[in-house]
Amino acid sequence: MKEFNELNDKKTTAIKDLLYRLADDQLILGHRNSEWTGLGPILEEDIAFSSMAQDKLGQSQALYQLLHQIGEDDPDTIAFTRKVNEYKCCHLVEYPIGEYNFSLMRHFLFDMSEAIRFNMLGSSSFEPLAKISKKFKGELKYHTMHAVTWINQLGHGSGNSPAKIQASLDECFPLALGIFEPSGYEDILIGEKIFFGEKELQEKWLEAVIPVLKNANLKIPDIKNIKASYGGRKGIHTEYLKPLIDEMTEVYKIDTKAEW
Amino acid sequence: MKTNELKIWEKLQDVKDPEIPKLSVVELGVITGVKTDEDNNAFITMTPTFAGCPAIEYMKDDIKDKLSGLDLNNIDVEVNYDVQWNSNMITEKGKEMLLESGFALPGKHNGLVQIELLQNVECPFCQSKNTTLQSTFGPTQCRAIHYCNNCFQSFEQFKPV
Repeated sequence: MKEFNELNDKKTTAIKDLLYRLADDQLILGHRNSEWTGLGPILEEDIAFSSMAQDKLGQSQALYQLLHQIGEDDPDTIAFTRKVNEYKCCHLVEYPIGEYNFSLMRHFLFDMSEAIRFNMLGSSSFEPLAKISKKFKGELKYHTMHAVTWINQLGHGSGNSPAKIQASLDECFPLALGIFEPSGYEDILIGEKIFFGEKELQEKWLEAVIPVLKNANLKIPDIKNIKASYGGRKGIHTEYLKPLIDEMTEVYKIDTKAEW
Repeated sequence: MKTNELKIWEKLQDVKDPEIPKLSVVELGVITGVKTDEDNNAFITMTPTFAGCPAIEYMKDDIKDKLSGLDLNNIDVEVNYDVQWNSNMITEKGKEMLLESGFALPGKHNGLVQIELLQNVECPFCQSKNTTLQSTFGPTQCRAIHYCNNCFQSFEQFKPV
């Protein structure tokens, strides 16, 4: 692609960092979602999480492919052979699936941010990213519709469901704020109109999630007194990432030269 | 359009969606470009219905296979997102093929799908609109599941996206 040749080094580094953050989030959460296959509390949810997992893995593949086109190794190699501290995913996606209420709340908080992110990236000055973002936007619409419906149902549910979904919100919120950990390249990304920046995304995300949570009768965590779970974007991860990557690459590592 | 390009378009009608054998990739709207050059090389571009569609590699191989019967030098098939697929790109003929295959059709939209577009979808079996959305996620990424309260059957819809 000729447009890549015109990129200067600093800009390329910033774009690569952004793409790794996006791709790693999709890969890891996609894998986590797939762990619900066969275990969903009802059949439709089993299918929903499996289907969303497939979307996320597909999106990560497209993003890794884009990285490959701007000089990184091929998609499988970069997805599966980097060291743990070279992954740029946020902590939220790394956590085990836990109980269904945790996975559902994570899915809601994360996918709401993705929907806004890819909607805005649709006008990125980095055209290949703008193109795939326009594609992802339509897919994410189904994810957010699903999440909003269930958050609302469980928030208004009987028995212990409101308390459980509230507990998940309280647990997920500091992790979710970690989605918006600023990278070291915010200025150049914003200046070059590649990405409008994590700060703006977080503001738009709060504007979108708070009304849904309030509608579901949930108490909004005290944002000012919460410490965001930062580190993921810089390669500092939770204890859960390494075992997950080991598991994902277990078969591959038996024989790295095998032809599939 | 050159003769060869027309012939390629015709031949591409033989390449079907592996899950919906009546529906060709042309009518599905995933073929975004057909070009040939002076040396008789063919360049086909296509785009997936969903980013994670597992059928795309199969369709890509099938295109090469079906076109190999034509008098072409080299056949290059590229999957890209230069044009992003949406369900409005399914042709009128493609919609007939979907109905014949037992799928409800995706409603036309202006860019962003709203939940209303997935409600009271017309049943492909009895044409009733007294139907209920069961799940926006189905057996593949591109299908949703509905239930018809008139003829008491579950049916699948090709999702509007």
